[in-house]
Amino acid sequence: MKKEVKLSFWDRLYLPAILVGMGITIKHFFKNLFTPPSKRYTVEFPERKKDVPEWYRGLHRLNTRDDGSVKCVACYCCATACPADAIFIEAEDIDDLDESYPREKRPKQFIIDLHRCIFCGFCQEACPEDAIVLTNEYEITQLSRDEGLITMEELIKTPKKKMD
Amino acid sequence: MMAKLLAPEVFMIVKVVAVFIIVLTMVAVGTWVERRGAAFIQDRVGPNRVALFGKFRIMGLAQPVADGIKFFFKEDVIPANADKILFVLAPLIAFIPATMTFAAIPFGRSFDINGVHYFLSILPPATNIGVLYVFAIGSMGVYGIIVGAWASNNKWSILGGMRASAQIISYELAMTMAVVGVVLSTGSLRLDRVISAQTGLWNVVPQFLGALVFFVSMFAETNRLPFDFAEGESEIIGYHVEYGSMKFSMFALAEYANMITAAALFVTLYLGGWHFPWLDQWIWGSILAFLLKLVSILWIFVWVRWTLPRFRYDQLMRLGWKVMIPLSLVNMIVVALFLAYRG
Repeated sequence: MKKEVKLSFWDRLYLPAILVGMGITIKHFFKNLFTPPSKRYTVEFPERKKDVPEWYRGLHRLNTRDDGSVKCVACYCCATACPADAIFIEAEDIDDLDESYPREKRPKQFIIDLHRCIFCGFCQEACPEDAIVLTNEYEITQLSRDEGLITMEELIKTPKKKMD
Repeated sequence: MMAKLLAPEVFMIVKVVAVFIIVLTMVAVGTWVERRGAAFIQDRVGPNRVALFGKFRIMGLAQPVADGIKFFFKEDVIPANADKILFVLAPLIAFIPATMTFAAIPFGRSFDINGVHYFLSILPPATNIGVLYVFAIGSMGVYGIIVGAWASNNKWSILGGMRASAQIISYELAMTMAVVGVVLSTGSLRLDRVISAQTGLWNVVPQFLGALVFFVSMFAETNRLPFDFAEGESEIIGYHVEYGSMKFSMFALAEYANMITAAALFVTLYLGGWHFPWLDQWIWGSILAFLLKLVSILWIFVWVRWTLPRFRYDQLMRLGWKVMIPLSLVNMIVVALFLAYRG
């Protein structure tokens, strides 16, 4: 396709257009120069953290009951729902059965492989006990593969989701 | 102390060292200004992380130091099929003329103490070749590019080198002919005469056309956007694809040193050198005025780079041969006629 554009003499001089363009760029320059860092578009990460929305799916947390025991009943629902096969649960029997609130199993091991997890939130949806939830925590880094396998003890310590 | 400093030989050495240090510092700070200026123009933040001793961030001013250290300690690769001697020599060929050209430029008013005449430029102005010297040495810069491109033995680098040398040679014509106007109106090749002839009225006003041509050609000569065909960092590949570590850094330094020299030359030829109302009555004031003008022109280099897109190659050649050269000829003829009829 050939576009016929008629340029006027003024346009063909180029210089006026260049000056207009330079005006635009210098406007941006001074705007950014006099904007304090806290108001710029760039959020400078370690010093300032971006607020994530409430529905953000970050690091997992295992909720606990009032007495401090894990809510998880080792039903394997989350492990079954997990499309990435990131959850490993080993169940164990509870010997002292409480008649008022009967539970038979609890996890002996609850390991999430953060390298496999895709943070889809299916485990949270599948959980009948509201035991596993995804929090707003997004600073999830490890220095080795082993540290990426997080155990039950660590999962309990994940800070709760901030509800504003 | 002052008297010792003013012994001619010592004064000369002090001048050379001072100029060299100031130019190289400006090169280093220039890279920082360019990156932060670009960032601000594009609503970004730019490099502000590097801190001196891990503590003092000073807006990222330590970035050039970090870059320098990085370049020094990088592996120095020479391609197997490269011409090794030329490959090593090319960055030097690019860098040395770039710093040499500054020698002729007077950066402050000359003064007399105890009957001895002191001038503030490295080359004595009486050598009578100021303008010629700058252009002769300045055009050596193209050898660095073409030798580097050829020695790399890489088809992309040789294409980049060809583009760059064709561009530099074409724009040099326009540039030199624009300067002929200044030389005509001054009647001398001496840069100090050029400056003193501009007392009261800077050359930009009477020779606006020449200044414009010179200014545009300056961008082409120093391979800066919108004419950066030599490097073409954003998409087309330039002459130094095969270069890395300190050799690459030398090319970059040469580009910035070229920028500084070209800007200094523009200030000298068209913006009245160290002349500035009220400020140039003192020696330090005149140096300050020169530096101020130099820095503003350097800022325009950065400013233009982040405003204009690159030309296409045919557009570049058309602009060079069909617009810039006729314009510089017109400027030359107008100046010549004016001088002839004024008597």
